[in-house]
Order: sequence, then C-alpha cells, then structure tokens
Amino acid sequence: MSSIGVVEQTAGKGAAKYATRRKNRRAGVGSNRRGGWVTYTLLGVVLLISFYPLYYTFLLASSDAQTIAQNPIPSLIPDGKFVDNAERVLNADIKFWQALWNSVIVAVITSVSVVLFATLAGFSFAKLQFRGRRALLVFVIATMAVPTQLGVVPLFILMSELGWTGKLVAVIVPGMVTAFGVFWMTQYFEETLPFELIEAARVDGCSMIRTFWHVALPAAKPAAAMLALFTFVASWTSFFWPFIVLGSTNPTLPVSLQLLQASYFKDYSLIMAGVVLATIPLILLFIVAGKQLVSGIMAGAVKG
Amino acid sequence: MSMNAAPTVPVKSDAAADRELARRTRRNAWDRKYSPYLYISPFFILFAIVGLFPLVYTAFVSLHDWNLIGGKGDFVGIENYQQVLGQPLFWKGLRNTFSIFLLSAVPQVLIGLWLAAMLDANLRAKTFSRMGVLLPYVVMPVAVGMIFAKIFADQSGMANALLGKIGIDPIAWHADVLASHVAIATMVDFRWTGYTTLILLAGMQAIPNDLYEAAVVDGAGRWRSFKSITIPSLRPTIIFVVITSTIGGLQIFDEPRMFDSAGQGGADRQWMTVTMYLYELGWGAQKSFGRASAVAWILFLIILVIGGINFWFTQRISGTDSKGGK
Repeated sequence: MSSIGVVEQTAGKGAAKYATRRKNRRAGVGSNRRGGWVTYTLLGVVLLISFYPLYYTFLLASSDAQTIAQNPIPSLIPDGKFVDNAERVLNADIKFWQALWNSVIVAVITSVSVVLFATLAGFSFAKLQFRGRRALLVFVIATMAVPTQLGVVPLFILMSELGWTGKLVAVIVPGMVTAFGVFWMTQYFEETLPFELIEAARVDGCSMIRTFWHVALPAAKPAAAMLALFTFVASWTSFFWPFIVLGSTNPTLPVSLQLLQASYFKDYSLIMAGVVLATIPLILLFIVAGKQLVSGIMAGAVKG
Repeated sequence: MSMNAAPTVPVKSDAAADRELARRTRRNAWDRKYSPYLYISPFFILFAIVGLFPLVYTAFVSLHDWNLIGGKGDFVGIENYQQVLGQPLFWKGLRNTFSIFLLSAVPQVLIGLWLAAMLDANLRAKTFSRMGVLLPYVVMPVAVGMIFAKIFADQSGMANALLGKIGIDPIAWHADVLASHVAIATMVDFRWTGYTTLILLAGMQAIPNDLYEAAVVDGAGRWRSFKSITIPSLRPTIIFVVITSTIGGLQIFDEPRMFDSAGQGGADRQWMTVTMYLYELGWGAQKSFGRASAVAWILFLIILVIGGINFWFTQRISGTDSKGGK
C-alpha cells in the first residue's frame, strides 16, 4: 500500500482510490479475475429479481382492487393510495399496533438475552479451563443440527401447564438461548481475545465476573452486535411457534398478517399494504445494518 | 501523591492478615473452579427445558392417547404410529415435503454457487451487490408467502401474465401438484438464495490464490479450475449448506401455509407438508397430540437419516481428488 500512500499525498484521495482499485484488479488471477459486462448484466438481473417482488408489493399496496384485477402486471409507477390502504390495515380487526409492539418486545428481549448468555458461555468455552469443556462444546455444536421445532407438542403442553398460552413470555423464553449464539461467540473469543488480557485482569485482582464484564464483554462488541442482528431478524420473522402458542388474541406481526390474509383474502391492496407495513421496520434495519449482516454471514461461514 | 505521605491504612496484625489472605485464596480458587460452569449453565438449563426435553418427551406423548383438551389418556403403544402411517394424507404430506425440498434446495445450491463465483470476481460496488442479494432475507416467510401467492395466482397472477406474453399457456399454479411445489420452492429460494450465496462466497474467498495461479500455469481454463479447485475446496461449506437446508427444508411450514388463505395445503392437499399435517392433527379438528407427536417423531428420524445420507453423498461427490478444506 505504500505506493498508494504516495499517490494519496501527491495526487489526492480520489487518485489514491483509483490507484488502489487498479492495483487490486491487476493482482486478479484465478478466482479474482475482473468482471466483464456479461457479469454485470447478469448481476443486474439477479438484483432485480431480489428487489422487484418487494416493489411489486408496494405497487399493489398503492393501488385498488379494481386496478389490480384488471392489470396482472402492475404499472411501474405507484398509484397514490398507499396511505388509504395502510389506514385500512390499521383499522382492520387484526390488532396491528398490538402485534407490532409485541414483535418489538419479543425481538428486543430475545436478542439481548441470546447475546448475554451466548457471550457468557462463549467466554467460558473459549478462555477458561474446566473439566468436560471439549465434550460440552461438541454437545452445543451437535444441538445446532437438532430440529427443536419438532418438540412443539410437549412445549405447548408445558406452556399450558404454566398458564402461559396467549402470553408473550411463551414466545420469549424458548428463544432466550441459541446453540448457534454460543458457538458463534466461542469462535469469536478464541480468535480475538488474548489470554494475556484475561490473566492481566486476574492478576490485578478482578474476579471472573468482573473480568468478563470489563475485559471480555467490551472486546466482544462487534460479534455481539452481529449476533443481536441475526437474533432480531429470526425473532421478527418467526411464525410457527407464535402462531400456535399466541393465536389471534395476542399476535406478533406474522400471526397478524396471517389473520389479515385469512379474513380479507381477495382484497389484495389491503393485504399488500399489511405486508409493506410489517416489512418496513426490517427494511430500515437492513439499510442501517445490512453491511454488518453481510459480513456476519460471511464471517460465520464454514470455510473448511 | 507525594512519596512521604503517611500510610492511611492501618497495618493489621499478622494473624488477621493471614486469615484474610487464606480467605481470598479460597475464594479465588472457588471462582476459578466453578465460574466456568456457572457461565455456561444458562444455556444448558434453558436448552434442556425448552429444546431437549420437549423433543424427547414427544416420544412419550406419541405412545399415549393424548388430547389437546382432555390431556393425557391411556398408554396405547405404537397405535398412533400405525394410525398415522395408515393415513394416505400423511404420505401425501411426505411426498409434497420432499418434492418442495428438492425443488428448492438443488437450484438454491447451484444458483448460489454460480452467483458466488460471480461475486467472487473483482467487481465494482461489492458491498452493494452483496447487500442486494441478501435483501429478501429480512422479509418474513409469511410475507413472502403472501406476495408470491398473488404473483402465482392462477387467474390474475403476474407469472401467468408474463408467460402469456411469450406465448405460453397459463399454468395452474395452485391447482396443479407439481406447479404448486415449484411456486413454493420459488418462495423459499427467493428468501434464502442470497444467504446461501454469501456463505459459499466466504468459502470461496478462503481458497488460497496460489492454487488458482498453479492451475493457470498448468493451462487450466475457468471452468476447469472451478471444477477442480473451487468445488473440492468448498466441500465443507457445501456440506454445511446442504445439511442446514435439509433440516430447515423438511420442516417447512410458513410458505405453504400462506400459499392460499385457507392454509390447508390446497383443495386436494396438493401442497400440504408434513409439518402442516402435524399442526392439523394437533390443533385442527382432531386435536390429537398423540398423533401429532407420532408425526413429529417420524419426521425427526427422517431428518436424521437424510442428514446422514447428505453427509455421505456430499463427501463422495467432491471427495476423492482432494483432502478437502484446509
């Protein structure tokens, strides 16, 4: 990068950027060959497929029943009726505001809890010595492959016994820990947190929990933020269990959307307005933190 | 602080200091020995209660006459299993599940590989493209189901309108068995292909560049190095993708549940999956937790077996000519 540094000093930032780009490209061999116009065209098509269904939803949500019935392929310019349709969603008998609030509560609490418990366990697995460490870690990893959704019947029986059916706590508690989270944080600590730092804190007289709180937790911030993001998205989009245990009396957003479709199934502008309203919060989150999601997925991937 | 400041802490007697030190050492040893277990315990305790116990207890429920309202009844042995396996509806659900799974998983991995190879090239706007393919991931499956149910509407859907423009007769996306599976598989892939692509891309980027350089020196073309270097090196990543998509895919519920407003899997149950059947047994008209549990346990075993087969198969596909991974 030193030659780039010279360029930056002599010819300014823009030139330095360009030089970097050229340098990176020249280095391209094998997998790193540069993309031609075919690649860009194909990529454009892929991005269009990725984006268009959402735009399509918005187009329908801005239209009315008659227009939709007459035009299977909607015009690319939205009609101005989105606000009207959105109001109809809010007035429909699907408890939209309650569902939104419920979804926020569930997603926030599970994210905080998953991150806290996963960071604690990850710190322990990666940096502390104890008997059975390896076996227990292998157990955690193995449980990632267990389809726990198939335990719904006993879980439902358990929630009924506790009197939790229809209450948010029935959705929150089963989501409070994930094996993936523990595995994720363990990996992160193993790679990034030096033993010396922990030992230094211990020598200074910190207890384990203070070491965790003042040394490990701050060091874990980037990975913890990513884990929180993934947990939030998973919680926001989850349907099967909330649908079973909450039902329509105290729904989360997906459950309330299901209700919308079941009650107004031919009114597409209304249904799509509901979809738009329920999706907007995560789209906003994606705009702010999509970059972190991308690098999170790529960092967590099994690379051999 | 000046050096000759008077000491503010009174000096303790020797015995008291010893006791204090011993207490501290003991506490420290305790802390070192038990804290690790304390920190991992929330995960294990909660997982045992809400994850493992329900799964194991499913087997117990499945051996009983158990009703949503009446609760636990008599022990009936394998009667629930016999009942379920004797139902044509169960087999239909199993067929649909596998069909949807294969129609979604195979293209997803192939398209993912192709897209990842494309994104691995030196492109402008890297972050933008990567975020672009991931966008559908934040849309809830329920919403994806509702959107595509309209796109694939038999009469007024956009899919048929577009096909009409290139002279293809309208397809009965809901009424036809295979077409409905294709439509649902499309929903799954719409949401997950970008995610899979990024995982595969990360795997590709971890392949050392000198392997490709050597291939170029040996005169290998693009396709040849993709086949002989990229795919074998990606084996662990591909196994991971295939196994996770199997576990998720065989339990599919949300998208087919939302493919029409009734949520029964179609008039002829042509797209009803096993998990939808499980739901219907437990919380539908029958309210039979015993049978629902039997279905859950059967599906669990199927997933285990398929996971094993997947593992074996993926290893064979790209196995022999490389040690695989790093």
